[in-house]
Amino acid sequence: MSELIFRSEGLTKVYRTGDVSVYALRGVDLRLHAGELTVLLGPSGSGKSTLLNILGGLDRASEGQAWFRDAELTAMTDRELTVYRRDHVGFVFQFYNLVASLTARENVELVTEIAKDPMPAAEALAMVGLDKRLDHFPAQLSGGEQQRVAIARAIAKRPEVLLCDEPTGALDSKTGVQVLEALERINTELGTTTIVITHNAGIQAMAHRVVFFADGRISEVRENDSRAQPSDITW
Amino acid sequence: MAMHVLDRKLLRDLKRMWAQVLAIALVLACGVMILVLAIGVQRSLQDTLDAYYERNRFAEVFSGAKRAPESLLGEIRALPGVRVAETRIVGQVVLDVPGLSEPAAGRVISLPEIDVPALNLPLVVTGRPPAQDSVDEVMVTRAFADANGFVAGDRFSANLNGRKRELTITGTALSPEYIYVLGPGAMLPDNRRFGVLWMPRRALAAAFDLQGAFNDVSLALTREGRAEEVIPALDRILAPYGGAGAYGRAEQASHIFIEGELTQLRALAQILPPIFFVISAFLVNMVLARIVTLERGVIGLLKALGYSDLAVAGHFLKFASLVAAIGIVIGWAVGSWLAQGMARLYTEFFEFPYLVFDPRGDSYAISAAAGLVAAGLGAVQGVRRAVRMPPAVAMVPPAPPTFKRGLSDRLATWARFSQPSMMVLRGITRWPGRATFSVLAISAAVAMLMSASFFPDSLDEIIDTSFFRQNRQDAMLILTRDQTENVVEDVRHLPGVIAAEPMQYLPVVLRHGHLSRRIAIEARDPDATLSRVTDASGQPVAPAGGGIILSDRLAERLAVKPGDKVQVEVLTGRRDTLTVPVTDIATVYFGLGAYMDRGALARLLRSPPQASVVNIAMDRQRADALYAAAKETPGLAGTVLLFQTRASFRETISRNVLNTTVVYILIAVLITVGVTYNGARIQLSERARELASLRILGFSRAEVSYILMGELMLLSILAQPVGWLLGWAFAYAQVKSFSSDLYSLPFVMNPATYAKASLVVLAASAASALIVRRRIDSLDLVAVMKTRE
Repeated sequence: MSELIFRSEGLTKVYRTGDVSVYALRGVDLRLHAGELTVLLGPSGSGKSTLLNILGGLDRASEGQAWFRDAELTAMTDRELTVYRRDHVGFVFQFYNLVASLTARENVELVTEIAKDPMPAAEALAMVGLDKRLDHFPAQLSGGEQQRVAIARAIAKRPEVLLCDEPTGALDSKTGVQVLEALERINTELGTTTIVITHNAGIQAMAHRVVFFADGRISEVRENDSRAQPSDITW
Repeated sequence: MAMHVLDRKLLRDLKRMWAQVLAIALVLACGVMILVLAIGVQRSLQDTLDAYYERNRFAEVFSGAKRAPESLLGEIRALPGVRVAETRIVGQVVLDVPGLSEPAAGRVISLPEIDVPALNLPLVVTGRPPAQDSVDEVMVTRAFADANGFVAGDRFSANLNGRKRELTITGTALSPEYIYVLGPGAMLPDNRRFGVLWMPRRALAAAFDLQGAFNDVSLALTREGRAEEVIPALDRILAPYGGAGAYGRAEQASHIFIEGELTQLRALAQILPPIFFVISAFLVNMVLARIVTLERGVIGLLKALGYSDLAVAGHFLKFASLVAAIGIVIGWAVGSWLAQGMARLYTEFFEFPYLVFDPRGDSYAISAAAGLVAAGLGAVQGVRRAVRMPPAVAMVPPAPPTFKRGLSDRLATWARFSQPSMMVLRGITRWPGRATFSVLAISAAVAMLMSASFFPDSLDEIIDTSFFRQNRQDAMLILTRDQTENVVEDVRHLPGVIAAEPMQYLPVVLRHGHLSRRIAIEARDPDATLSRVTDASGQPVAPAGGGIILSDRLAERLAVKPGDKVQVEVLTGRRDTLTVPVTDIATVYFGLGAYMDRGALARLLRSPPQASVVNIAMDRQRADALYAAAKETPGLAGTVLLFQTRASFRETISRNVLNTTVVYILIAVLITVGVTYNGARIQLSERARELASLRILGFSRAEVSYILMGELMLLSILAQPVGWLLGWAFAYAQVKSFSSDLYSLPFVMNPATYAKASLVVLAASAASALIVRRRIDSLDLVAVMKTRE
């Protein structure tokens, strides 16, 4: 059994808008293992994005605790969270979040400039198959290409964990598969722990471990004995 | 080292938003420009002045006398507080300048027999001073020589105390006493018809019968010496010898003019720049707020990537600083260029040995600091919002802004406003701060235009009052000394003279309580029509009996109203002190005048009526004959041709007014465009989805444009009355700050001034809104609907 990388106990998140309290997480206990590709599956609003944001140090829990290895994320200051994100975490977002006025290479350099031991931006882009599109601006790239730039940006700092929030949510099946292939390759070749949020049930087939979410709680955790190739996945 | 990726993004953002950035930078540049101009020129002028005064030993106390024995000098030097005292002979002369038909006037000043003057040292520009033993050599002011085309060796003739003499020019010079050169009775410098002449003391003493005597003394004071204490002491010593009343630099004619200019520059540096900086700060605030909203995603991303709050703040602060930097560089460049022009203009009006605009660090440093601070303050709010945005929240689209139904909505519903009008109205009530500031900024543009365009009206009023109601004479013939009645008869018989009226100048100190002013009373005959004074309503007023009329500013300085009594200390003759009632207040724009009846004054002084000046109306066809005769008339010290003054006044002023008006229109347009263009771009950006949705729903381009432009035009219209009020106050403040002992401006506000200012501003705001409106035409409806906020 590989070592634990994320652990949480009774993780709860409440959003208060005016008089209304919305429970995004209702006491989540979770264990995730290093080097695994985990898929968090569930309908929208089930709390998976909130969990990912807390694990990624983007958001804070209302109650409960979460650890990254031995470091308690829920006890960190803003400054410590910033350093945590900078040193350990790579993010991939549904809407890519590329800076429109920077080229593919420059978007990756946003990360390599502040990382401790980054790979060259061109190498990161080559890993996602974009070595010919280095100097294109986001507007000159297709959606799938943009998402692969975002993945290159996330892995360029050689993060220990890669957190992907609906990475294929805005893509059609064909380009989505290219993105999944890139993720699979990174997980295999670099050994990066990867967590992928999706409400696309087809993607679960490529995971080591699948965590099902419903209504702010984990409803089921399943381990895949055999994993499918991304190219076998369609939607 | 390669540029940071974020900095590259910044430069590209700036390039993409160049029009908005430039619009802000130009407003900021106005503030920087005026600071560079005003501080730079003021310091250059002040330093030049200080160095010139010091190097050429400009005196600190001055006094004239009729004829004082040289032996008094020891006594004067012994006065406490006096460091240096020097006596001179100063006289008025009539000059016959080749090529000039009318007589010119000169003031001749003696040079000491040995050595150079200890005080008021002339600065020789060309040639040399006259030889000590010469009787017909003379050095003249550079301006006089230049205006008449004289070079060393040229000759002209002068009437020295009734004796006509041919003089040879040995050189030209400048003097710290005559930086601003105004001939007797003149209102503007006229270098063709007035010059200062230097001659050896011995020659002048002989010509003016002042051997062993002097009629002018200058003092320099010790470090502890105070002019207020030395002046009365000097007056006491000179009183028996016809002392004309000592005065300090504060009353020295040339010095007053330069001080007035320095005061104006200081006021310029204090009043205008803050307005521009506040508006720039507002614009930076408005634009940055929008950028931070638009870049929520980027802010969230940067934070997610591990960029610190400081790095995020730095990114947006850099944006503000770069906008400021562009404005500062433009402001520096234009400011330096204008400053050089202004320095050139000063050399036209003032006689400095050198006056170059010396671009020194501090005016640049101060203006740059002010610009950066303004942009920085404008950025604070946006930067703070960016820093406070939690990364997870930053990456989801913003909630729609909350609108509330308020009083204005109920009014609008009641008035059955259309939905587009409701959108316009709610846009204003939703962001009341932004709307208020837009109104204020646009109104500042209106105010600026008004305060520039009221100027010509005010000058018209000055010309009308001073030259057509009060000083209606064609010329003034100035006498070498006061004379009795028959001189008027002599003048009346000169060829071409249609009418002649005598006027007396009586140097006095007027006192009321502890307030006093040293002036010359103008005494005229009650039936005088060529030269007279008028009251506030423009009606002529004449002093009744033994009463005195004061000009409005003199009455204000002395805190006197009609019915009060003032003490008149006469500075000539028997030096009587009279107490006379103030009968009226006159409206006068030049000088601090006081007016009495000539006959009544003579009775009070127990002497026959005197004349210092004869005002004439003349037949201009026969001007040459009149001038020729005047040159031969003994006792005439010079002529002032008022018909020429009128023309040159108009010409000088209208040239400057035109320049000023152009500059102010430009500035007002920059402000208006800065505010409305940025406002329109931001609205378009905020409402792009809304407007596109409306287009999809079937609204026409015009209807959609109305929503976009409606708010701005409504704000521009609301700004008009506020601008009128501000402009009125600006103009009034200008009138007040302009008013000095030398001149004042009437406060004239014509309806056309309001209208012109509003037209320019409304046109500029409509134009900038229309430029943005064109973008609605190219709105890609599908793309807009697809993009996330």
